[in-house]
Amino acid sequence: MWTYNKTLEYPIKIKCANPRLAKFIISQYGGPDGELAASLRYLSQRFGMPDQKSKAILNDIGTEELAHLEMVGTIVHQLTDGVSPEELEKAGLGAYYTDRGVDVYPQSAGGTPFTAAYIACKGDPIANLQEDLAAEQKARATYEKLIDLCKDDPDVIEPLRFLRQREVVHFQRFGEALRGVQDKLAQKKFYMNDCNNQMDYGCTKEFKSVNNYNVSDSLCDCNNR
Amino acid sequence: MIENDVENRNCPMNENECDCKNMCKDELREEMLMQLRSYKFSIIELALYLDTHPDDEQALCLHREYCKKAKELSDKYQKMFGPLTINYPCNKWRWLEEPWPWERGNF
Repeated sequence: MWTYNKTLEYPIKIKCANPRLAKFIISQYGGPDGELAASLRYLSQRFGMPDQKSKAILNDIGTEELAHLEMVGTIVHQLTDGVSPEELEKAGLGAYYTDRGVDVYPQSAGGTPFTAAYIACKGDPIANLQEDLAAEQKARATYEKLIDLCKDDPDVIEPLRFLRQREVVHFQRFGEALRGVQDKLAQKKFYMNDCNNQMDYGCTKEFKSVNNYNVSDSLCDCNNR
Repeated sequence: MIENDVENRNCPMNENECDCKNMCKDELREEMLMQLRSYKFSIIELALYLDTHPDDEQALCLHREYCKKAKELSDKYQKMFGPLTINYPCNKWRWLEEPWPWERGNF
């Protein structure tokens, strides 16, 4: 379960409203490479992971993405807060204002509502983690484009840079998790009887050497004999 | 009596040393929150790292240190400025009083 913390992961205090920017940034809320898609993708994939490291990393990054969703929502809210309907219309948000008013609605920059079709869950740990690596890179690229678009406002750029940086860290962690899963799937089949009969110590050593997985501990107690 | 205690702690200086109690309170609040956010961020970053490097003793040690610091500061902050989660017990429901993170307030 989750507990709400009444703070943002990174502070956001935007002094000047700018609905034009909000129209673009909302894509990271409910767009194809946005934080909502990221969070749901990881939290859904975690159920099918074969090892503890990848379950943990999907769970914890999925959770952090929820904090990022709140940050992006906050940016959009503060960029449009107190702006008159006329100004919203001038910024291209007339249709948005008509349908959503002052809510922050999960949609892409182009106005497409969020869809679960953005989330890839293939039921295959390698395919899923490769997908996640690509998703982090796509999110990083999107943040870089957004930073280019709002060069004039440091209040907006700073949180966007923080979010961009987190994508880079997540990419790194997913890469490590992927290597762990590949190692685990590449392991030789292990039979307890064989171990007891012939490889009293050798088998333990062999499995210990595979990236710290405790396969030998959990499947075979031969190291105690 | 407890309320008085909390009231006094809102401002680190005495009434006569600080002529603008509210500003003083806001500054302290902002400073404490910034520090708390740094601790919490360090915990998140270390946790992700430890997920894929569970045997790194140095990271584990840092994680313990930041958890301790975050807990101490978070207890202190909540006593002074109200709850940050619904897990904080109050005599009066103060969850509604503080601004939400998306409001510019002190966040």
